[in-house]
Amino acid sequence: METTREAGPATYGANHPRLALHVPQPPARPGEPADFSGIPIPPAGVVDRPPTDAAADTLRDLPYTLIRVLDDKGEAVGAWNPGLSEEVLRAMLRAMVLTRAFDDRMFRAQRQGKTSFYMKSLGEEAVSIAAAFALDDADMLFPSYRQQGLLIARNWDLVDMMNQIFSNRADRMKGRQLPIMYSVKKAGFFSISGNLATQYPQAVGWAMASAARGDTRIAASWLGEGSTAEGDFHSACTFASVYRAPVILNVVNNQWAISSFSGFAGAEATTFAARGLGYGMASLRVDGNDALAVYAATRWAAERARTNMGPTLIEHVTYRAEGHSTSDDPGAYRSSAEAKAWPLGCPVARLKDHLIALGAWDEERHTAMEQEVMAQVRKAQKEAEAHGILGHGLNQPLDTMFEGVFDHMPWHLAEQEAQMLAEWQAAGLPDIVAETPREPGA
Amino acid sequence: MTDMTMIQAINSALDVMMTRDDTITVMGEDVGYFGGVFRATAGLQDKYGTSRVFDTPISECGIIGVAIGMGAYGLRPVPEIQFADYIYPALDQLVSEAARLRYRSAGEFTAPITVRSPFGGGIFGGQTHSQSPEGIFTHCSGLKTVIPSTPYDAKGLLIAAIEDNDPVLFFEPKRLYNGPFHGHYDRPAKGWAGHADADVPEGYYRIDLGKARVVREGADLTILTYGTMVHVVATTLDEMDGAPQADLIDLRSLIPLDIETIEASVKKTGRCLIVHEATRTSGFGAELAALVQERCFGHLEAPVLRVTGFDTPYPHALEWAYFPGPVRISQALRQIMKD
Repeated sequence: METTREAGPATYGANHPRLALHVPQPPARPGEPADFSGIPIPPAGVVDRPPTDAAADTLRDLPYTLIRVLDDKGEAVGAWNPGLSEEVLRAMLRAMVLTRAFDDRMFRAQRQGKTSFYMKSLGEEAVSIAAAFALDDADMLFPSYRQQGLLIARNWDLVDMMNQIFSNRADRMKGRQLPIMYSVKKAGFFSISGNLATQYPQAVGWAMASAARGDTRIAASWLGEGSTAEGDFHSACTFASVYRAPVILNVVNNQWAISSFSGFAGAEATTFAARGLGYGMASLRVDGNDALAVYAATRWAAERARTNMGPTLIEHVTYRAEGHSTSDDPGAYRSSAEAKAWPLGCPVARLKDHLIALGAWDEERHTAMEQEVMAQVRKAQKEAEAHGILGHGLNQPLDTMFEGVFDHMPWHLAEQEAQMLAEWQAAGLPDIVAETPREPGA
Repeated sequence: MTDMTMIQAINSALDVMMTRDDTITVMGEDVGYFGGVFRATAGLQDKYGTSRVFDTPISECGIIGVAIGMGAYGLRPVPEIQFADYIYPALDQLVSEAARLRYRSAGEFTAPITVRSPFGGGIFGGQTHSQSPEGIFTHCSGLKTVIPSTPYDAKGLLIAAIEDNDPVLFFEPKRLYNGPFHGHYDRPAKGWAGHADADVPEGYYRIDLGKARVVREGADLTILTYGTMVHVVATTLDEMDGAPQADLIDLRSLIPLDIETIEASVKKTGRCLIVHEATRTSGFGAELAALVQERCFGHLEAPVLRVTGFDTPYPHALEWAYFPGPVRISQALRQIMKD
């Protein structure tokens, strides 16, 4: 029987329960024990590897599991084992250890006042290095700011990277960009923006152009899980899906976006790989601390891209073992027990253990290699510092500030340049003399 | 030479350039099979194929981001944003990416893209189909902003914009697409047929960016304007009782700006009126007024005045009370000549 009520919408608030706003909270804050129980970890080797020509709509379980190859004993198991040679495994391990040593020295250099800023990739080295090994050198990379491993895996010149970090006289970017915002066209490494997620639609556009021109090269891009909340991420996914762009879209889920845990990007509701399902994209979720799993997933996605099967979204589950950058103290917002408790371990240790289990490596060789790469980094740092450091003041000729805003300088910039030079002269300061450009090598 | 509307001239520029350079790629909402909501890209997909002329999702951020990536690959994209009022989702890609890419990568990567977009009012478009956002872009380093006022200029400037190695915002005054607009909404619309500036070469020619056009010369004052307002001002001068003799300057390109022509004219006339349809506060007119007083103060015989749209959203029903038409312009002319 109908209740008696005048015609029209229900009265405001009548008999409804009070609403409550859900604001996500991370499982652990400073002083609390780490809690990763919300991240189920299946055993290595249990996930099937579909053929690379499988239709995307047959792959809908993959975003909800975790592709793992290396088990707890250091053995490579299951269908996703890429079966890499010992030589390739050792090369990947070396690139990871070198990246870690590079990060360590550059982080210290910032603390010593030699530059303004640095960002380490500690704990997530496998995500970029294994991917770089799985791609062709001619494929184009659109990284975010924590994929220095891509450049190192492509054997790019460490001195050139450090020159950029120090904004010194030999910095090819002329001191214009914040440290670590590299641009290395020769290594197929797109200029890092610093604005988040903007590189995603650009990577899709590059891949679309490659397809439109009948090229054979593909593109790959990376962003953090926090940045999947940006509109650019969704625009990129739409375009990638609509045009079946030959692109690999990597989401590096390292659990933290500065002090915001992954729940603020939606991790409480679903996985980041599952974002791809709504776009009809093949989507994989991978143990990001397992170099073999990252390699295998990237290889699978690349094979699809190269055969006009379209884009793949790959979520790499990993952990940012350091602060966001030199500018934040992670002890102020998260449990310091987390890094140790991280259930997927250390990517370097896991690959090393695998090589040892294969009989292709041992502790002595590892220690020797660590010393060798640290010496390589130190040598590079010495050479880079000989070209100057940011801490010692200005390294670029003043007029470089006005070059390159446009291809040809318009009058208003020429006037402003003259004003700046006059100010400098009026203050009795000398101009800075340019250094002969240093040709970087690989 | 043949008579063309501004739409036909734009279409011709795209056609000529796509024939000359196979890296030019046209993309945007409805630009492919349908040929654009204003028909600017009609016939191009048939002629050049779907890999070079294609429809896009309704995502301005995606359109510009993808165009930047295509530019990095080596193509020369000409994306269309269907209305300038829709350009804001692409702002980060334009301002932080396209505009800065050459600088931040020290020339390793560039964004040689030309963003075409219909702008301005006068068609009862309401607040989402009438805006003039050029001042947002002139404020950002690394972007060029170009606005034609005739079919002849539209083709020559668009060709120069496409050939330019930097990102160019090419705003097309949609009220001028099919005919010059003289500011009287209640009179019959006129087409471009027979207009001197509608006589357009069918082949290639370019008008360098940064060169203003002196539409007419006069000794009494300088009027700086662009886009639709070039025609509205000209008609106002023609029809006003006791109209002053004006140097009427169509800027055509705001960045780069033809400061020499502006300076020479104001030093000659001693008076300067600035007319644009965009909202007033922080509009490009404010920049022009500042430049004129910085460079020509000793020659000025009256304060520099601005005639602009009002600082309200573009109204629908009250469009003609908002629009800086002949009444507002002639009042300003009287005031500036009296001072």
